Parts: sequence; structure tokens; C-alpha cells
Amino acid sequence: MTAPTTTGSAGGATAPGRAGPRRRGHSPAVRRQHRAAYLLVAPFMVVFAAMLVVPLVYAAYLSLFREQLVGGRSFVGLANYARALGDSAFGEGVLRVSLFLVIQVPIMLGLALLFALALDSGRLYAQRFVRLSIFLPYAVPSVVATLMWGYLYGPDFGPFTQIAEGLSLPAPPFLSSGWMLGSLMNILTWEFIGYNMIIMFAALRAVPADLYEAARMDGAGELRIAWSIKIPAIRSAILLTVIFSVIGSYQLFNEPNLLQTLAPNVIDSAYTPNLYAYNLAFTSQDLNYAAAVAFLLAAGIAVVSYVVQLTSQRRARS
Amino acid sequence: MTAPRTPLRSRSRGRALAAALAGTALVLSACGGGGDGGGGDDAGSDVEPVTQEQIDEAMSTPTELTFWTWLPDAQKEVDQFEAAFPEISVNLVNAGQGLDQYTKLRTAIRAGEGAPDVVQIEYQYLPSFTLNGDLLDLGPYGASELQDSYPEWVWEQITEGDAVYGIPQDIGPMGSLYRQDLLDQAGIEAPTTWADFEEAARTMKEAVPGTYLTNMPGNDPGQFVGLLWQNGAKPFGFDGDQTVTIDLDTPEVTEVVDYWQGLIDEDLVSTDADFNDQWYQGLANGKYASWQTAAWGPVFLQGTAGNTSGLWRAAPLPAWEEGDTATGNWGGSTDAVLSSTENPIAAAQLAKWINTDPEPALTLALDQFLFVPHDVVLEDQEFLDAAPEFFGGQQVNKLYSELTTEVDTDFGWLPFMDYVYNSFNDTLGTAIDEGGDMEAGLAAWEDDITSYAEQQGFTVQ
Repeated sequence: MTAPTTTGSAGGATAPGRAGPRRRGHSPAVRRQHRAAYLLVAPFMVVFAAMLVVPLVYAAYLSLFREQLVGGRSFVGLANYARALGDSAFGEGVLRVSLFLVIQVPIMLGLALLFALALDSGRLYAQRFVRLSIFLPYAVPSVVATLMWGYLYGPDFGPFTQIAEGLSLPAPPFLSSGWMLGSLMNILTWEFIGYNMIIMFAALRAVPADLYEAARMDGAGELRIAWSIKIPAIRSAILLTVIFSVIGSYQLFNEPNLLQTLAPNVIDSAYTPNLYAYNLAFTSQDLNYAAAVAFLLAAGIAVVSYVVQLTSQRRARS
Repeated sequence: MTAPRTPLRSRSRGRALAAALAGTALVLSACGGGGDGGGGDDAGSDVEPVTQEQIDEAMSTPTELTFWTWLPDAQKEVDQFEAAFPEISVNLVNAGQGLDQYTKLRTAIRAGEGAPDVVQIEYQYLPSFTLNGDLLDLGPYGASELQDSYPEWVWEQITEGDAVYGIPQDIGPMGSLYRQDLLDQAGIEAPTTWADFEEAARTMKEAVPGTYLTNMPGNDPGQFVGLLWQNGAKPFGFDGDQTVTIDLDTPEVTEVVDYWQGLIDEDLVSTDADFNDQWYQGLANGKYASWQTAAWGPVFLQGTAGNTSGLWRAAPLPAWEEGDTATGNWGGSTDAVLSSTENPIAAAQLAKWINTDPEPALTLALDQFLFVPHDVVLEDQEFLDAAPEFFGGQQVNKLYSELTTEVDTDFGWLPFMDYVYNSFNDTLGTAIDEGGDMEAGLAAWEDDITSYAEQQGFTVQ
């Protein structure tokens, strides 16, 4: 653990202003430091390159070819991308997750923020217990969570159906084509509300308490403090959860994939873009096109995330 | 869908025979051979049949084989094989069931390493592997002589011309399983024609509320295709090269589609997805009074709906014409050998021996409850006379073995059935599930697989 001390002592010497004539070459101490830094990040960089960069480059390369069951492989340039842009199955999937995004994400994050503020207010009984129970669903693996909800949704023997039957009401068709997206939203909200809440709650704990004191002196109530101080103070944490959620929505896969066994005709092979890419690769044996679809999706996510970030920054400035 | 997850009840019998029979296996594979003499020129095997000396030599040379199968307890047959051929050691791998395994297999084949020597493949997926020459023609390795031991249609399923691409492990000729108590309650008998079946469905619905005579899932192309097969439809074909036949717009197909459309429109059958919890419960608690299923169905049912023991009976499928006895096939598997194997003789022997030698074949049939189509099982008295309590002492195996001879012989497949089945769920299957227009769904299915075939470079007829 020599790094911090050397930075402290030698740091001044290398500062551009004072280094003067020796500016170009680094002192041996600094060079040693750099070497250590590279050495320390090397394991990460190696794994990063092998597990992420190389596969990405390979996928990009694959997406430029077409391989037919009969006729073999040929270079097609961007034809796969052109095909994906005109592919209605892909387009519908993107629209579906976009709809999911604009409805589910505000609900989930709004609730998460509400819970975080409530916990932060310190006015709840059994605070730790409440915090833990809200966070608990996130600790349940999404596979287990989906199987559990799949059982709860069951149209013949699920508890909701049983209750509805007990009250002589029609059973709610959770797994029908009209309800499926809502049912998925519910599962995802249940799963991730606690995760987002914890991020916001942690950010709230870091807000200096003297701000609240000052606000109170100015006569602000709790609601006013929450609205004018707490929420602006954790803006960057909220932005983080928004971006995570945007990416998560576009990458929906596990939950629809698992519910597919319960409703195989409602969740078709292109229900979400990720599911589509998966099916293209493994049932259509069209790896090349699947790679193009995946890349296009990634590009879309990048654009949407950037737009989200940009708009919130602009709002912050105005 | 091969006999999925068979429960294990009775333990091994015929183990005593083991040693004695092991010896005969060697002798059995003598002479025969695929080529009719002379250097084979065109189609099929241009390899000389291997001689008994070559087989003996290969089987007494220390060899390691890798065998991928999802058959539960396949270790039993592997142990028997290793006992019979002590020089050969077999590395048994469960690489997943059905499509999961095929995905891994295709990856390994493409990678050029990691592929097994012997692999379980379902009948309808054989063409997708012969397409690129990934499977070894077993004819010269002693498979050709097996022809007389199998029903003709089974033989047709594993051959292309003279080439033999898999050794049948089990088959699934279709029949009907009924809940006798529910039929009695409704005062009906097991219908013998589909017209009667419709009447019976109506009666059942009125007489026993909450019970449907049967369920037509929108996610089971295997079952649906089996029903098409029964009616003499031949929707798929592949010439082994580049030409495929896709013909879903025929009277045989539309008759079946229209029939089920009628039942679904009138709400005489349920349309729940099958092979999920919901459906298992439906079988166990009497939501469905019958199941049109394959020869592996009876044992599967015993594992799924054990609480209904004694209430079920088996019967042939209802016929389209009174007196007609045709049926279709649903499921079953083969063991195939990859052409990349370094030990083709030993690998072919493994595939062949475990499915045709009396000891392992009867273990498959009596212990693992597979419906093995080889004569050694289909003519075995113990197998035929089995009268499980679950079916009220009915000799279910005997019934299904009679159905085995009623399967149409030239039903073919496309070399991309995974796509075809997936597409079914998105088209015709959705129409079934949502009570939509099934003929439109059928047309969409045909369109979709036709455009896929063209995209993949096939010539479509």
C-alpha cells in the first residue's frame, strides 16, 4: 500500500507548474508508479479484452456475413442491418419494450423514491425491517421470482384465480395476450424496486444534514424539504437508476423466456428484442443476423441512454 | 419430445442373461453389410462394408468413446456395453434435452472439436444433421442388416436411399388414453371415429362440468404433426440435397385443421399449453378426460398423474373413416454416429448394440420404459404381457405394438424442424390458443417456413 504515500510526497514534485525543465521525462519514482498501476489493472484488462472486447469484435465481424444452410457463407456488408431495420418482428419487439419502458420505469422508480424518502425521514417504525423487506425481492434470483409469479398467475389453480372464484368473479387472465405485458411489469417492479430504493436511500444518507436544518429555519416543512432539497441532491443517483432501468427494459429476456412455458403462444419468439436475437441464433441457426440484431439493439440502447442523460442535464442547467 | 423423464419403478430383471448374450452380439454383426457387392458408385455408401475381423479388432482395441444422451439412467446400458466389450470405455454425457443438446452439438461440430462419437437425435432432426454430412452412414458398419428387425416406417425414418443415419432407440406411435371413470360418468364409450369424438366432447362438456374430453395445445407441433400424419398428410420432404417440399395446403391437412377449429369454436376442447405445471395438474385432476398421445405417454402419465391410477384406459386414435386403422408417430429418438468420429467401428457398435442386443434393449423397454421398435422387444412376451395397474390391468404395450404397424411409411421431414416447430407456436399454435382462424394460421405457418427455406438457400417445391 505504498501508492497513497508516494502520491502525497512525490505528487507535488511532478505537478506541471513546478517540475519546470524536467517536465518531459518522468522521474524513476513516477515511472515505477505507472508500472504498478498498469500491473494492477492488467488482470482486469486481460479479462475485459478476452471476455468482452474480443467477442464484441467477433460479433461485429459475424454480422457482416450471411451463412445459409445451403450455399455457405458470403460477405454481405450491412445487408443484415438493413434487413433488421425492415423486420417487423424486430420492430414490434422494440415497440413492446419501449411501451414497457415508459410505463413500468416511472412507476417503479417513483415508488422506489417514495420508499427511500420515507425511510430517510426516520419516522417509520421498524425501519431496518421495512428496508430489508423492500430489498429482499432483489435477493431472490429472477428465475425463482418469475417461477413464483408464474404460479401466482396460474389461470386454473393460481391463488388469484382461487380468490376470484371464491368471490364468484371471473379469474383475472394474467397470462393472456392483453395482460401479459402488465404482468411482466409487475414482476419486474417487484424484483427491482428494492434495488433502486437502496441506491436512492444511500444517496440520501450522504446529503449533509445542515441543509435540512437551514431549510427548517427558513420554515420549510418535510414535504418541501423532500421536494426542494432531497430530490435535487440525489439527482445523479436517480439518473443512474433511470439509465439502469432503460437498459434493463430493452434487455428483457429472463422473465419472458420463463413465462413462455406457461403461455407459449402469447410470448412468441420475437416478444422482446433479446428473445428474438436468441431465437435467431439458436433455433433459426442464423448467427449472423442475430449478431446484427443484437448490435442494432445495443446502438439503440446507447442512443436512448444518452438522450436521457442529456435531457436531465439540460434540465439541471436551466 | 422423446419419452420424457420416465420414472423408475421396477428394477432390472434379465441381468442373468447378460454374459451369455454378450457373446452372440459379436456373431450377429457378421456378413450382411450394406453394399450389394462391387464398389458402390453413386448415392449412399461408397465405403466397403467392414468385415467381422475389422470389427473384432476394433472392439478389442482400447478405445474411448463419448456418448451424448438425455435418456435417464443411460448408464445402465453403457455398463452392459462395457461389460460386453471390456476394451471400450464410454464417457456418458447428458448435454441437455432436445434443442438444448442440438445447439451444443452444432457448436461443437462447427468448432471442429468437442463433438461426441455417438449422440441421441430425434427422428425429425436427423435431416438437419445429414444436410452437412455430419452423420456417419452406418450401413457399412452393420446397420443395413437390421432392416428386417424394424417396422418399415421406422426404417424409412432413419434412412436416405441406402444410407442409414441412426439406430432407433424408441418410437411414439399414437393412440388415445382415456379416463374411464369420466367417460362412464358422461355415459359415453371411447369414440372410434373423429365424428364420434366430437359428439362425445359435447356430451362430456354437458355431463361433467369443468371437464373437457381433451386438450388441444397450441404449443405442441409434435403432437399436431402426428395427427396430420395419421390422416395421410405428407407436408414435408427433403431430397437430401437442396430441395425441400413444403405442402401444408392439402385436403389431408385442412381436414384436420378444420376439425379442430370446429371443436375449439364450440369450446368443446380446452387449449392449454402442454408440458407445464398447469397442464400436469389438469391431467391429474380430471380437467382432461383423454390425451391423444404416443407410446411413451402411458408411462409418462403414471409419473405425472399417479393419483389417478386405475382410472385410465388406452385405445387407438379415433379414425377419420370407420374401420380405418392408420395412426401417426409422435416423438422417439435414435442414436447416431458423427462422421467426425475417430473410431467409427466402435462408435457404430455402441449405437447398434445398446439398441438391438437383447440385454440392453430389454433393459430400455422394461426398466426405462422406452418403446423400443426392434423385434427383440416388440416380440418379447414379458414386454407385451405387461398389465400395469395404472391402466386397470390393460395390456397397454400390446395395444401400442399393434399400432406400430399402422403408421404411414413415407412421412418426411425438413432439414430445419427446429425452426418449423418454433414457427408453429407463433402462427397456427397462436390461432389454436386464442381461438383464432386456424386456416389463416396454417397459411401463415406455411408462408413463414417457406420464406425461411428460401432465405437459407433451399429450392422449395
